Amino acid sequence: MTAIRILVGTRKGAFILTSDGKRKKWSIDGPHFAGWEIYHVKGSTVDPDRIYASQTSSWFGQIIQRSDDGGKTWLQPGSDGIAEKAAAEGIPQGESNMFVYDTSDETGKPLTTHQWYDGTQHPWEFARVWHLEPSLDDPDTCYAGVEDAALFRTSDGGVTWHELAGLRGHESGPDWAPGAGGMCLHTIVLDPINKGRIFCAISAAGTFRSDDGGETWRPINQGLHSEYIPNPTAEVGHCVHHIAIHPSNPNTLFMQKHWDVMRSDDGGDSWREVSGNLPSDFGFPIAVHAHEPETIYVVPILSDSLHYPPDGKLRVYRSRSGGEEWEALTNGLPQEHCYVNVLRDAMAVDTADPCGIYFGTTGGQVYASGDNGDSWEPIVRDLPAVLSVEAQTIS
Amino acid sequence: MIRVVLPHHLQTLASCDREVTVNVDGAVTQRAVLDALEARYPMLRGTVREHVTMKRRPRVRFFADGEDVTHESPDAELPGSIASGDHPFMIVGAIAGG
Repeated sequence: MTAIRILVGTRKGAFILTSDGKRKKWSIDGPHFAGWEIYHVKGSTVDPDRIYASQTSSWFGQIIQRSDDGGKTWLQPGSDGIAEKAAAEGIPQGESNMFVYDTSDETGKPLTTHQWYDGTQHPWEFARVWHLEPSLDDPDTCYAGVEDAALFRTSDGGVTWHELAGLRGHESGPDWAPGAGGMCLHTIVLDPINKGRIFCAISAAGTFRSDDGGETWRPINQGLHSEYIPNPTAEVGHCVHHIAIHPSNPNTLFMQKHWDVMRSDDGGDSWREVSGNLPSDFGFPIAVHAHEPETIYVVPILSDSLHYPPDGKLRVYRSRSGGEEWEALTNGLPQEHCYVNVLRDAMAVDTADPCGIYFGTTGGQVYASGDNGDSWEPIVRDLPAVLSVEAQTIS
Repeated sequence: MIRVVLPHHLQTLASCDREVTVNVDGAVTQRAVLDALEARYPMLRGTVREHVTMKRRPRVRFFADGEDVTHESPDAELPGSIASGDHPFMIVGAIAGG
């Protein structure tokens, strides 16, 4: 019997929504880590009960939480059950929330500067983990995208994290700049076929690809056109909001940029716009149907200064042709007086049949469709502002 | 026995009550109290003081026996009433909306 588990990160805690394969009745568990900002919660595909969560606070810093039982109980890797040892040795051992840029001679890059909002140079400063991406092969390995933009990896279940410094140390680093939400590495896509290939997206630098497991990187932004930067076709500086692939065809990438919906059919080497008939091509999330590699979903938002849907109507747009031609999906979604936003990590698909689509809003609603997006129902209406949504299909 | 009062978020993180107790050998200073707190509750490491620099996080304040000791040297001795356990050492999150 298939079960669906939706992992929701919000401004004031995490929630876990579960249902059977019918996706009609949901139980709601939470808040976990009440009062803390939960930027992202994501489970391993190898072991779905292994879940990582990014818990953060402007007051008290970054915490990594891990569950080994599907979210029933949580621990901070490296901190659990070691109090006596720590007391005996006099040195606390809890280092799971320790993200330190690698500046070592052996593996690191100098901690240089990046562009600040006013164009001056600003030192790299760690703020928080935006995105956690568990390895496709090993539940103890997970990648973390952080602000200020860098990529970290753990291979011991989150006890220790090490920067893959080749990305931050790319020669274009001084030209990277923060977006409105900070200079964050918010998207990590692991290629399931081309082993060692990793895609990352950074606001506002653009998209980067590694073909050697994260050691070396190059920007892949050819074809992007961003009117809001001094050189609209620059190699870096683009505010990419999200990218997505279908696992059967990872050479095709879909991108929601600050403005423009884009696609690449050559692993990101070149991009072309597929915004087509969208009412607005500004938005944050983009998702690919679990069984139809050319069916994609976006949520158009009016503009970068007006972060709500056009005409006060919450509409998911679906393209069954990989872009260009889009249809509005409105059945069950509010079609008047709706002024919420849907953030970049707040849309996900399950792998049941038919495919389920889920998204959360800054108004605290989590909507679900169990029929490819044709109709929608709220699972829950009044959570804190939703930052992230991930779907697990458990058989 | 040193009494330490924690803000709500750190209580939930450490799964403890508002007030906890720690033992400090030697001089009772901010640093000694925080070292003891982190040894007793490793999950709090990095939350009150930044990991690498061990400096107080900017939005955290310390009070001792009614005195704001936030900006005192971490190696200055705290008031005797903290060392005796008559008053708690208070870790407070700076007030802000949200």
